[in-house]
Amino acid sequence: MKYIDEYRDAAAAKEYAAILARVTTRPWTLMEICGGQTHAIMKYGVDELLPPGVTLLHGPGCPVCVTAVELIDKAIEIASRPDVIFCSFGDMMRVPGTKRDLLSVKASGGDVRMVYSPLDALKLAREFPDKQVVFFAVGFETTAPANAMAVFQADQQKIENFSVLVSHVLVPPAIEAILSSPTNRVQGFLAAGHVCTVMGYTEYEPLARKYHVPMVVTGFEPLDILQGILMCVQQLEEGRAEVENQYSRSVRREGNQPAQKLIREVFRVVPRKWRGIGQIDQSGLGLAERYARFDAEQRFGVADQTVEESSECISGLILQGEKKPFECPAFGTLCTPEHPLGATMVSSEGACAAYYRYRRVAAKEARI
Amino acid sequence: MNIATGSVTEQEFSMTCPVPISQYPNVLLAHGSGGTLMHRLIEQLIIPSFGNPLLEERHDGVVFQLGDVKLAFTTDSYVVRPIFFPGGDIGHLAVNGTVNDLAMCGARPLFLSAGLILEEGLPMDTLRRVLASMQQAAQAANVQIVTGDTKVVDKGKGDGIFVNTAGIGIVEHSQTISPGSVRPGDAILLSGDIGRHGIAIMAVREGLAFESTIESDCAPLAEPALRLLAEGIRVRCMRDLTRGGLASALVEIAEAARLHVEIEEAAIPLREDVQGACEILGFDPLYVANEGRFVVFVDANDAERAQAILRQFPVSENASLIGRVSEGEAGLVTMKSKIGVSRIVDMLSGEQLPRIC
Repeated sequence: MKYIDEYRDAAAAKEYAAILARVTTRPWTLMEICGGQTHAIMKYGVDELLPPGVTLLHGPGCPVCVTAVELIDKAIEIASRPDVIFCSFGDMMRVPGTKRDLLSVKASGGDVRMVYSPLDALKLAREFPDKQVVFFAVGFETTAPANAMAVFQADQQKIENFSVLVSHVLVPPAIEAILSSPTNRVQGFLAAGHVCTVMGYTEYEPLARKYHVPMVVTGFEPLDILQGILMCVQQLEEGRAEVENQYSRSVRREGNQPAQKLIREVFRVVPRKWRGIGQIDQSGLGLAERYARFDAEQRFGVADQTVEESSECISGLILQGEKKPFECPAFGTLCTPEHPLGATMVSSEGACAAYYRYRRVAAKEARI
Repeated sequence: MNIATGSVTEQEFSMTCPVPISQYPNVLLAHGSGGTLMHRLIEQLIIPSFGNPLLEERHDGVVFQLGDVKLAFTTDSYVVRPIFFPGGDIGHLAVNGTVNDLAMCGARPLFLSAGLILEEGLPMDTLRRVLASMQQAAQAANVQIVTGDTKVVDKGKGDGIFVNTAGIGIVEHSQTISPGSVRPGDAILLSGDIGRHGIAIMAVREGLAFESTIESDCAPLAEPALRLLAEGIRVRCMRDLTRGGLASALVEIAEAARLHVEIEEAAIPLREDVQGACEILGFDPLYVANEGRFVVFVDANDAERAQAILRQFPVSENASLIGRVSEGEAGLVTMKSKIGVSRIVDMLSGEQLPRIC
């Protein structure tokens, strides 16, 4: 398939691996931010092509994984109401809240629907004017423009039975939280190509300078990731710390301006609690004042609820690159995709799920 | 707690957060998805309820001796939504699915039953079309629908129409076709491209428009399967790919045979439109449903001849050798990815869910 197979070519992958082995003179620890990249790495076995000194840590870029458990509980509470049609991306359906998940709400009669776009939820709101239609607006900067568009259109078209439960998070504050941690091990980052397609990468330049860490905007196919790693290692070997763009077929330095304008129109930057990590200042998006009436937390009176997270799950350490899934005592034993302790084991982008799905045997060996 | 298998340990009961599967208070959709949850349900609740040696063979159908005759018997229910979809409909599926289950036992399908559960208000014309389609499929597969039952449920208590078919076939060869017959070194053939039925249904159900209409692969498989046997191919095991796709079928066989199955991603036929749809939705085609494809494990020395035989039939004209069986790790399926690295192919816990980004 054109534009896919070229980026999964075995001969080219071997060539990159050979160049990488040649230029690597010291051990380096890199982090791919995005969970989509983590899965591609595991699925295609990119990590097995790396020279022994190059280690990949898996970052917090899985929106499902970092959505605070209290937001999942709020989603479940709202979705259980008889007057509500609750719409969510498929990924969120199986993530455990304190007691249950959205699929269980559906099984016990809640009207929970999987949608492919927030605009589909808006369409439902038009079709069912007697129902409250709520969309679970989850994601990083990647999904923010479409979610913003849904709210913008609801406002324009005066669709008042529509609201959004917002759980948006931002990448640069998460990177800064990792870099400023005293236990940080990350020496270089692969930034997420789709996030930068929307936002560009000017936000990353001051971070690279301040912490003297190279960052390479990277795509999602195996060869993209290998090239991103190579560019990052080359910078480290040469003592450079710049923002470079591997994913130039999609990303411009300034990003997608109309999309950014829409995000700024509908959302404002707010503090946000990350599951497993905790509160990070200015790290999320909430609805701007002008659109506050579309806020589902306010509409359904669930804004003030908080809950404690399970202490058995170490997903926070995994999402910050301090531990690998194999290092968790519960991995593959107490915690599996059928009995997840945390979201990193459920989400299609979660690091634990990727290790479980593609590397269980290696896990057994690592433990022996 | 009444648990028949040893897989749920004391330790897990002490956990507070996730409840073991047997404690789910309600049935989830995932219990019918062909993945791990469904398998646990079967292993922990259904098989123990009826336990007997034939059931415990865990095949799609059962083969048993009756006097001098060896028969195969199977049943399947069909609840597909929408009722009509590109490349087929519920009637077509209900006949072919059961015919295929019999064929995978190495049996020649003879007779089917048809149980219809109709929802009050179903247009008579819809019913007429479904029945016509069942008859057409039955003729094409050379079987007769010889008995049946009809029930009507209140409006809102069904989804238009549900169909159950049971089938009887005759086994006319002496080979034992089951996962237990699989040996290290055996070759694995796949009868054609994967994922088309699942994507066709998904596209209609969710209103996803692709450049071209993707049609279901729904088709009867008895002819090519029986020809392999008639030509003397040493067939070890056959399995049609349904829910859970190629991956789940291979994992089931590897686990039952206690052997290692190794496949190659590049050898698996996949149509470009299906691949494109999977890329957009974040689906792995290995897990997407089929209704007219099967895998067959054969003696390595017969692999080329088996492939040539399969390729004589339109339904399996793209048959390919996709892998081998080895001693390796018992119960494991691994796949060499396109960039040449091996990774595990596991069963999914439930249905694949489209990703966020």
